[in-house]
Amino acid sequence: MKKETITLALTGNPNSGKTTIFNNLTGTRQHVGNWPGVTVEKKEGTVLYNGYRLRVVDLPGTYSLTAYSIEEIVARRFLVDAKPEVVVDIVDASNLERNLYLATQLIELGVKLILVLNMADVANARGHQINADVLGKLLGVPVVFTVGTRNEGTKALLDKVVEVAEDRDTVSRHIHISYGHEMEKEIKNIQDVIWQDPSIGQRFSTRWLAVKLLENDTAVKERVHEFGEIGGKILDQAEASRTRLNEFYQDDPEMVLTDQRYGFIGGALKEVLKISSQSKFDLSRQVDLVLTNRILGFPVFVFFIWAMFQLTFTVGAYPMDWIDAGVGWFGALVSGLLPPGLLRDLLVNGIIAGVGSVIIFLPNILLLFFCISLFEDTGYMARAAFIMDRVMHVIGLHGKSFIPMLMGFGCNAPAIMATRTLESERDRLLSILINPLISCSARLPVYILLAGTFFGASAGNVIFSIYALGIALAIGVGKLFRVTLFRGEIAPFVMELPPYRVPTLKSLLIHMWDRSQIFLRKMGGVILVGSIVVWFLGAFPRNVELSVGQGADKVGVTGGQVVPVTVDGSHEPLPSTPLALGDNREQAMEQARLEKSFLGKLGHAIQPVFDPLGFDWRTSVAVLTGFVAKEIVVSTLGVLHATGADANEESEALRRSLRASGMTPLGAYALMAFVLIYIPCLATVAVIRRETNSWKWTGFSVGYSLVLAWGVSCLIYQGGLFLGIGI
Amino acid sequence: MVPLSTLKEGERGVIAKLGGTGTFRKRLREMGFINGVEVFVEKYAPLRDPIELVLKGYHVSLRVEDAAKVMMEKLAQDSE
Repeated sequence: MKKETITLALTGNPNSGKTTIFNNLTGTRQHVGNWPGVTVEKKEGTVLYNGYRLRVVDLPGTYSLTAYSIEEIVARRFLVDAKPEVVVDIVDASNLERNLYLATQLIELGVKLILVLNMADVANARGHQINADVLGKLLGVPVVFTVGTRNEGTKALLDKVVEVAEDRDTVSRHIHISYGHEMEKEIKNIQDVIWQDPSIGQRFSTRWLAVKLLENDTAVKERVHEFGEIGGKILDQAEASRTRLNEFYQDDPEMVLTDQRYGFIGGALKEVLKISSQSKFDLSRQVDLVLTNRILGFPVFVFFIWAMFQLTFTVGAYPMDWIDAGVGWFGALVSGLLPPGLLRDLLVNGIIAGVGSVIIFLPNILLLFFCISLFEDTGYMARAAFIMDRVMHVIGLHGKSFIPMLMGFGCNAPAIMATRTLESERDRLLSILINPLISCSARLPVYILLAGTFFGASAGNVIFSIYALGIALAIGVGKLFRVTLFRGEIAPFVMELPPYRVPTLKSLLIHMWDRSQIFLRKMGGVILVGSIVVWFLGAFPRNVELSVGQGADKVGVTGGQVVPVTVDGSHEPLPSTPLALGDNREQAMEQARLEKSFLGKLGHAIQPVFDPLGFDWRTSVAVLTGFVAKEIVVSTLGVLHATGADANEESEALRRSLRASGMTPLGAYALMAFVLIYIPCLATVAVIRRETNSWKWTGFSVGYSLVLAWGVSCLIYQGGLFLGIGI
Repeated sequence: MVPLSTLKEGERGVIAKLGGTGTFRKRLREMGFINGVEVFVEKYAPLRDPIELVLKGYHVSLRVEDAAKVMMEKLAQDSE
């Protein structure tokens, strides 16, 4: 038997169980990416079935196929341009009427369609009896029943796909939904013009084109415009037809078309759907009365978020420790195997420490996405958005944006990945851009060091004020971007609240693994390169002439002490530092060497930029190394203030040294503000690049945060100097 | 005719006219907000915005400001 490839596109409303069907079809053989040029997720997988090779493309879940949202545009473009052999529309059998609306549009598109009535068990339990044969005949589309959560009907669906692809199915026929006399007349008028160029009819369904033009669909109008002269004629006819219909119906043609489609569905359902016993008890509704209750709603929500936080960052801390220890052990092992020198230094301090700094986030990512999948698959996510929408609407964001914002307090990298749950591209970008302003846990050690050193008993209040500053800036910047970069109509908040469902472990695990894979694969590369660059800058040039302290000889320093990369916001640097900086002389040498390294020189070079902020060259270097990860700021200050790189925020020696260096409470506060605002870490930049799918937005995010950080710090420092506070 | 946003929890009505413009109007229409369709006000969110509605057998939420654009013919409350 020859291996034939059939491309099969999955469409369906959100909450129709489409993802579960996709998982049932493809198992773990799936690939998650992005549709070209947009942040919409693209999932693809392959199935080998009876000698056929089925390429399954999961289109974004949509309610319709208009051009209002990026998801709909993406889905439609694939259907029209890639021309998949078979289109499978997943329909929630317990919610037929609204779900069939999308089906009417697919029928109109003239694709080879299969209708999958999913969640057939739920429909049965509700007393819905669906006559699939009659439904299939009325729509001219074969119908298959499935229960996605129990993997029922998958084989029947695959058989049907092959049958339809080979035109062996007997039900399939092309039907026209009748839109009424006046409308049909105008559709015909437009088609007549289109037919003047026969080549158009070969590429598109002319009826579909005509209907879309009557709907004033911008994307289709652009396409028609590209047809050239004939395109102009078609558009003129469409405009004339629209005007005539507008007068006749006293309403926009697109509204009339929608009414007619629902009219068609209503007519079909009268023959097909029998609701026998309207069961009074609706468990989902009862559950919801508690979970979104006026009094209990918020406490329950706060509890769930708290539990998610605890699981992600507290429980996650244990595997993080193991990974940390494992990376340390591996670094020590490599140190032991290799002779001291550049190679060992690069491997241990550059690569192992750098990659270790990424892998350590894996437990967070896994747990966080497990929780998010749980929220989404059960249907609670929509309720969270329902409860929080009033609050988030203040910044012009959707209720769902709350979760990524909150996760930012733990770690911005997974938080930005969590913006994938937002449907509107605009909301997603805005959430990504302001998320780094939420102070993550890795910044806390820096605050503890500085506030503890300079503010004594009021350190707690000072740190709290920094967190508050972050939130205030996020709100302010969010509003600013909303009125400048993301102007225009805010997408209407029309959100379905699906019934609560028991999720399947399989789909939870697949979802979790998808995310983690992306994280490991893509982040690893950027972090690796970034860590090597910082290592290089700190370790070179080698063999500089040093004259340190009491009669130190000219020493060629061989072990480039690089700022160790600590990660989880915890306090210990990775124990992979091969150099034991035991005595002060070695520390002093190390300090001098670092000052002479590229990094040190760079610190001196950029120090003038930070002069208005009150940073000395050491602080400038610390801020530079902080690009890799914020907690490195502490260890860099440790090295530069000659107290050793294993200094942590509680180190008394470093505190004394900082006070002696001429830093004032005001300068410390300006530095804290700077650390709060400027880009959190390399991992976050990598995630932003990954999630926005654009270097432009990534660059913008880095750029605006640097400018804002500088501006706010400068304002604090100069304002403080002027007012004579904290000097 | 009264705006949908004036209906209280547990009240029901029939859509008489869909106001608003552009995307909003089209999106609502596609989600089944069609003249003559019965809508039940399930509940308001804890902060009194948005509203949860039941129509055509499914639950959907709208912001109060948007619901104000949907004009309703109020129905007498039946005992549920």
